[in-house]
Amino acid sequence: MSGLSLFWQRYRRNRPAVGGLVVLGLVVLAAAFGPLAYGIDPFDMAGRPSTLPSARFPLGTDVSGRDILAGLLAGARVSLLIGIAASLTATLIGSAVGATAGYVGGWLDAILMRVTDFFLTIPSFVFAVLIVAIFRPSVAVITLAIAAVSWPSVARLARAEFVSQRHREYVSACRAMGMGHLEIMLRQILPNALPPVVVIGSLTVASAILAEAGLSFLGLGDPNIVSWGYMIGVARTVLRTAWWMSAIPGVTILVTVLAINLVGEGLNEALNPRMRPR
Amino acid sequence: MSPLLAVKGLTVDYHGMHNAERAVDGVSFSIARGETLALVGESGSGKSTIAHALMRLIPRGAGSVSSGSIAFEGQDLLALPEAAMRAVRGGRIAMVFQDPMMALNPVHRVGRQIAESLLAHGKATPRTAIDRAIELLTLVGVPAPEKRARQYPHNLSGGMRQRVMIAIALAGDPALLIADEPTTALDVTVQAQVLAEIAAIKSRLGMAMLLITHDLAVVSETADRVIVMYAGRMVEEGNVEGVFSRPAHPYTRGLLEATDWEGAASDRMREIPGSVPNQGEMPPGCAFAPRCAIATERCRIERPSVERALHGGGVSCFAAGSPS
Amino acid sequence: MSRLTFFALRIAQAVPAILAIATLNFLLLHLAPGDAADIIVASSGHGSPELVAELRRSYGLDQPLHVQFLVYVGRLLSLDLGTSLVFNRPVIELIGERLGATLIVMLTAIGLAVLIGLVLGIVAALRHRGWLDAFVSVAALIVYATPQFWLGLMLIVFFSITLDLFPSGGMRTIGVELGPLASVLDVARHLILPATTLGLFYVAVYTRLMRTSMLDIMTLDYIKTARAKGLSELRIAFTHAARNALLPVVTLMGVQIGHLLGGSILVETVFGWPGLGRLVLDALLQRDLVLLLGILFVSSVVVVVTNLLVDLLYGILDPRLAS
Repeated sequence: MSGLSLFWQRYRRNRPAVGGLVVLGLVVLAAAFGPLAYGIDPFDMAGRPSTLPSARFPLGTDVSGRDILAGLLAGARVSLLIGIAASLTATLIGSAVGATAGYVGGWLDAILMRVTDFFLTIPSFVFAVLIVAIFRPSVAVITLAIAAVSWPSVARLARAEFVSQRHREYVSACRAMGMGHLEIMLRQILPNALPPVVVIGSLTVASAILAEAGLSFLGLGDPNIVSWGYMIGVARTVLRTAWWMSAIPGVTILVTVLAINLVGEGLNEALNPRMRPR
Repeated sequence: MSPLLAVKGLTVDYHGMHNAERAVDGVSFSIARGETLALVGESGSGKSTIAHALMRLIPRGAGSVSSGSIAFEGQDLLALPEAAMRAVRGGRIAMVFQDPMMALNPVHRVGRQIAESLLAHGKATPRTAIDRAIELLTLVGVPAPEKRARQYPHNLSGGMRQRVMIAIALAGDPALLIADEPTTALDVTVQAQVLAEIAAIKSRLGMAMLLITHDLAVVSETADRVIVMYAGRMVEEGNVEGVFSRPAHPYTRGLLEATDWEGAASDRMREIPGSVPNQGEMPPGCAFAPRCAIATERCRIERPSVERALHGGGVSCFAAGSPS
Repeated sequence: MSRLTFFALRIAQAVPAILAIATLNFLLLHLAPGDAADIIVASSGHGSPELVAELRRSYGLDQPLHVQFLVYVGRLLSLDLGTSLVFNRPVIELIGERLGATLIVMLTAIGLAVLIGLVLGIVAALRHRGWLDAFVSVAALIVYATPQFWLGLMLIVFFSITLDLFPSGGMRTIGVELGPLASVLDVARHLILPATTLGLFYVAVYTRLMRTSMLDIMTLDYIKTARAKGLSELRIAFTHAARNALLPVVTLMGVQIGHLLGGSILVETVFGWPGLGRLVLDALLQRDLVLLLGILFVSSVVVVVTNLLVDLLYGILDPRLAS
């Protein structure tokens, strides 16, 4: 049985994870094709403000008369983009730092871990807010800010994995064969360390989406894009009269993040099968 | 006089992930007051399971007693409601486990752990509990007991921890002490001390003991009677002197020879070829037949019942009595 | 090493951490495009290059970098965090005013979360695979996925607007003079929704943590010993298991304080709570870098101190550390 089908078999056992995958797939589709298919500019004040769902505006309009559905679709794109990009960056940086620390050991390990722990003591959201405030909000800055606060957790995990692997016999065998350190790290140890890194990477996407939503809600989002957090922030002024305008984008965030978390847990069980049922 | 403990036809099954495993199969024995019975066998022979079954310590989800009865001081332990069983546990029957480091709570002081048992079985009041605990520590041979009582398990050596375990077991003033491999985790030098301690206390207090071990030397020094277990079944039982000098069952003989026992029939150390069958692969007849040098066709098909052996006890073998 | 040595060592370790934070602060302040002088001039709306240069001189911004750093560290040691560009008052004063409010909501949130979470976790572990366990697992999943600020808004909609049970914002009812007891109750009423919003996430976290920890511990040998003593399951769960299960949970508590601070920015914004979080937002929107960095410094110090306290707590709870 090929590796992929074995993986899928194990993944399938976790029903909620499969559900999460389906939902996530829908979100991805909506993000990829939605704005194109629907064709309406979310910034375009096309209708009267605060109208209820109708044929023309399937989810109604917001306080400024913008199409809510268009906002949701555009927001999906933004959230996924920033979430994935931030997570990828954080995972790459964190893995590099952690792998080096874990493999090399000694004083380099001590220094790198000190730095990592230091970054962990800085309150992450506060730090992200600060970075975005200093360097002016834009998609790139937001992505980098979120990555800057997310990488330490990945580093810790990567280090633990590499520390546990570097003393294994196959590594000594490779050294005896004359393999260089970098090659051992990348081609021998990394494939073994990958499963938990993949899992934490996927969970980081979830936390990145939540962080981006928080930043946009506070008004620190990229002014040129509509994101779910921004929509909630804008709808706050009419909380008493039109609470659904805040509710709907929030629900989409919840559903998306929940789906990602379920997929993450499914990946965890599929990639690291445990004998003991919990 | 009726025995303190009478076990009849005890059968224990574990609910494995795919199927049930029979860990103990139709075992019967009894222990008289003040007597020491040893339960001997390899790992997986079911001896530890019997101990846990007696105390009803097998987790419900993991396994259960499928049939049999356990009569203790006139009560059927298997029929007792849980609250009544709790009074028995630690109070009438106490157990000492194998690894004292893992068996003691790392965040409670030693004295407190002993006092807990005293209080649970009404042997002391909150005011007198610690003093009584210190007395027990003295009884089990722990020097400077007042100091030790205030310490934590990790401050003590292995031998001392085991003594603490014994003190905890004695706290409830039990009639029966079950010792599950009490010295296996200890240094050889300490083993003898702890065993001597247990024997002295036991005779002083008139306690009966069920000693579970795979160490035949310990059995010969401490036990009155012995039961030999194999693959969950009882293959031989009798008084220690008789069984060890005139073993009736081929497995017992093999065990004695394998440990280079003095008085064994052969003067060479011999290993028993083969290995204990897995639960799923149990042969229909005698469990030992596949490894037995004198097994016949009948042995492979029919399970032997318990017959009277030459030494006066019981043996579960069709060829009992035949010269080896 | 003795417990005392362990404690002293941990306290000593906190100092370089705070120093590092100060350095980071300083670097950020100087990485920002444009410096304080530019910002002041920009916000006041007019200025010539001469004015900018003059401001620079008066703020000492024209000195070489290392001199500025030393001045900065010196100021920090005397708790001078600079002057807010927007409010034109000492940063330390502004923070001092708001710190209390933030601490009230944070401590209430974490206190409730710990109490409810730990107990719920123990019960879920005891009734493993029961309906409570399943409910807790599902609820935790949903809570993890919920954006805190949105939760706050929804709670306002439901409890404040629809049911009119709690006020929708602020810390006190304005315009009313209240006696001491009534005043406390008033704050309490205002406190419930924000504390719930901030704390719900941690209820989920602690429940899951405690549950996992308990399940691990219940398989250990000393639990079997406790059963062999004839103790009741309830007593075993709380006196033996929970006491040990606490340890891994406590170690993780310290890590979460940073997360909590971030959450308080959002929660205070949503509920108009007059704390540091709101101050951060105000500082942000007006690009008051000095104030922002001052708050970052204070909150980082709070994190370091909290971690220290948590470590000390762990040292007390686990006697094995003393050897």
